Amino acid sequence: MSEKNYKDITVTASDFEMVPMDGREHDKKLESKPVGYFRDAFNRFCKNKSSVVAACIILFLLLYAIFVPMLCETTYSLALTDTNYLNYSKLPPKIEALGVDGCSIVTVNESDYYKLLGIGEETGLNPVVEIIKGPYDDPTAGPKKKNPTQYYDLKVDNYYNLGMMYLTISEAEYQKIQAWQNENKIQVIYPAITDAKQSDANVWYKANKKGAPTMSKVDKDGDGYLDFTNIYRTTTPSDTTYNSLRVPGDTNPDKPYSYARVTGTSSAKGFVVRVSKYNYFQYRYGFEPAFVFGTNARGQDIFTRLAAGARFSFMLAIGISAINLFLGAIYGAIQGYYGGAIDLCMDRFADILSGVPFMVVTTLFQLHLSKHVGPITALLFAFVLTGWIGMAARVRMQFYRFKGQEYILAARTLGARDSRLMFKHIFPNSLGTIITGSVLAIPGVIFSESSLTYLGIVNLESSTETSVGTMLANGKDYLSTYPFIILFPALFISLLMISFNLFGNGLRDAFNPSLRGNE
Amino acid sequence: MVKYVFQRLLLMLMVFMIIISMCFVLVKLLPDKPAEQFGKDMALIEMRRAALGYDKPLIEQYGIFLSKTLFGGDWGVSETLYLGQDVWKVFMMKMPATVIVNVYTMLFSVPTGLLLGIYAALRKNKWQDHFISTAVMVFVSVPSYVYAFLVQYILCFRLQWFPFQMKSGYDFLSWDMFVSLVPAILSLSFGTIAGLTRYVRAELTEVLTSDFLLLARTKGLSKGQTIVRHALRNAMVPIFPMILGEFIGIMSGSLIIEQIFGIPGVGPLYVSSITSNPPDYNFFMLLTAFYTLIGLTSSIVVDISYGFIDPRIRMGSKK
Repeated sequence: MSEKNYKDITVTASDFEMVPMDGREHDKKLESKPVGYFRDAFNRFCKNKSSVVAACIILFLLLYAIFVPMLCETTYSLALTDTNYLNYSKLPPKIEALGVDGCSIVTVNESDYYKLLGIGEETGLNPVVEIIKGPYDDPTAGPKKKNPTQYYDLKVDNYYNLGMMYLTISEAEYQKIQAWQNENKIQVIYPAITDAKQSDANVWYKANKKGAPTMSKVDKDGDGYLDFTNIYRTTTPSDTTYNSLRVPGDTNPDKPYSYARVTGTSSAKGFVVRVSKYNYFQYRYGFEPAFVFGTNARGQDIFTRLAAGARFSFMLAIGISAINLFLGAIYGAIQGYYGGAIDLCMDRFADILSGVPFMVVTTLFQLHLSKHVGPITALLFAFVLTGWIGMAARVRMQFYRFKGQEYILAARTLGARDSRLMFKHIFPNSLGTIITGSVLAIPGVIFSESSLTYLGIVNLESSTETSVGTMLANGKDYLSTYPFIILFPALFISLLMISFNLFGNGLRDAFNPSLRGNE
Repeated sequence: MVKYVFQRLLLMLMVFMIIISMCFVLVKLLPDKPAEQFGKDMALIEMRRAALGYDKPLIEQYGIFLSKTLFGGDWGVSETLYLGQDVWKVFMMKMPATVIVNVYTMLFSVPTGLLLGIYAALRKNKWQDHFISTAVMVFVSVPSYVYAFLVQYILCFRLQWFPFQMKSGYDFLSWDMFVSLVPAILSLSFGTIAGLTRYVRAELTEVLTSDFLLLARTKGLSKGQTIVRHALRNAMVPIFPMILGEFIGIMSGSLIIEQIFGIPGVGPLYVSSITSNPPDYNFFMLLTAFYTLIGLTSSIVVDISYGFIDPRIRMGSKK
């Protein structure tokens, strides 16, 4: 190009093209969609991966809290009045699909070991999964002691370990169990034991002083193997109404085993039966006992209880957050918009309120109101009384920021009323901060609520209500022996707090990119 | 400056008086009758209470409360918890345990938090920083009682390094006592360390990117010199008041940790004073006053300390 002489270039009229006159050409219309404030924030939020994950976890926990109490809640997870529940207490988690087998490793002495074997022999549900070590001599016994007690380290299935219990039931119930047995071919009631002094329902065999069954037979290796000789009651059965499944040895029609001891008068008979706890549960609830999170010390299912507690926490936190948002927005708007003396007075008022320690506020509300409106409403009032102050301060700041701007002046010149200026022109601008603030307030409320219920300052425990804090407090005593009771509520609340904080931070960054990194 | 401090103090006293008066009225409005019990001489109890002024009209009782309690320092005797004992004396007996736990916690967590924060800021956006930031996020969020359970289960039960509960007795400075306090100190520290680390990191990264540090480097100072002499000093301006405020705030103790580790401190006293039946109102009033005072003082100290640490900041000055 540089070598060309520009003078040589000749431009003729034909080189030009006329602008088409039949339609004026405009600027092209924007192809992409306009991006609004919230859309923009959402896009920015989606880029923050950890916050998106946190949002998913929160959603998951929320669904858990909503649906589990709706779908899975049975009388089993609620009622406390039936003492039978205590028979199913402190069962460890069992999820067969995930390989969580509900087993634990225990050290037992000889007689307890035989008792476990006896349960397996009688019901076919053998609790002894594996013998890890044993038999070995009692380590505390001196070397000179003859025949020291033998010990075993076993891996035991805690569900099969439940064994037998005595139940006193009515005649109708007795018939009902039999009908169920016939229908499902599962043995629930086992024969009564002859020895009246025998208090342990699990010892149904002849045993020596040490509790071991008699070793009568000897196999080829010369080792004695266990012979469980039953001591079932056979003499003229007082109960002739039994017409259901019988145990394998019960074949003599002249001397059938007795399946119940009849007590009471003829008009009000009571039947004392020996039932297998595992199968009795099946009879009562229609499924084999297997608890995803285990059961607590009162025999309640932790999975559904925790969901109920979580639902309560969520409802309380979201409700309080909404109320505080409403109150704080109005208060802060008035403060920020009018300023001057009004601002000063209202600020003093908020100062005084915020000076009262939260613990004291809650206590006073509980002492004054819980008898009249219930502890939950009293707790709600306590949270609302001081909770809105932070929100009001935030809104006030935003109002100070925006109220002097030109577009407000323009709107005022056009004759807009104060309320219109406040809520139509200024408020939407501060919406991002407000949303972030109210989301970040939720974990705080949940934390305070769980602390208060943990300490017992607020007591919400009843058969239908619970809270995470109460569950923690109840599980604390079993921390070393049954850690799963406290593990799941603790895990839940930790997960919830972490995700809410991450989510809140993500929201703040999304709505207010200039604040990013200022944690 | 002196005028500002004076103003703040007066304002604080005013707020304190209002809160205490409010609480007094609210407590007096509650039904307060000693429970009838076999072996209790109700007539005698009534007489004692009448002598203390419990049957006078509210306004007169308020007068007594002001003159005798607030200015006289006599908080009355316990009605239910420690029957007949001086409330103030019991309170002072409980104080050392709370203070010692919190002093140990601060001694452990402040240096650790500072060091971690500085380290994270210096390694900004490297893997060390990411690691620390993630850990901080987790530790800030998880409630302290969850650590308490973890510490108790792992260190006290599984490894058996420490006892489950605090040692009884009053030898607060002995080595055995310190060992028995370690689980409580650890559980309290995690949250404090994480909070401090986050704050220090944020402040220091901001200072590190400022122009005067670039100038310091250009005039020939080594990297270490600039960080210690310029960056850290400036970052400390907002950090130090925060530590101070936390130190005072932590005096009120943590109710839950004290209960979990059986520390005979102020927290359990407060909880048992309200969960006992009927509540022990004298303890409640004293502890309310205590907590309120702690909260107000810590906010004031934080505000005032800004002015002392950095004379460039003129607290309360006009625009």
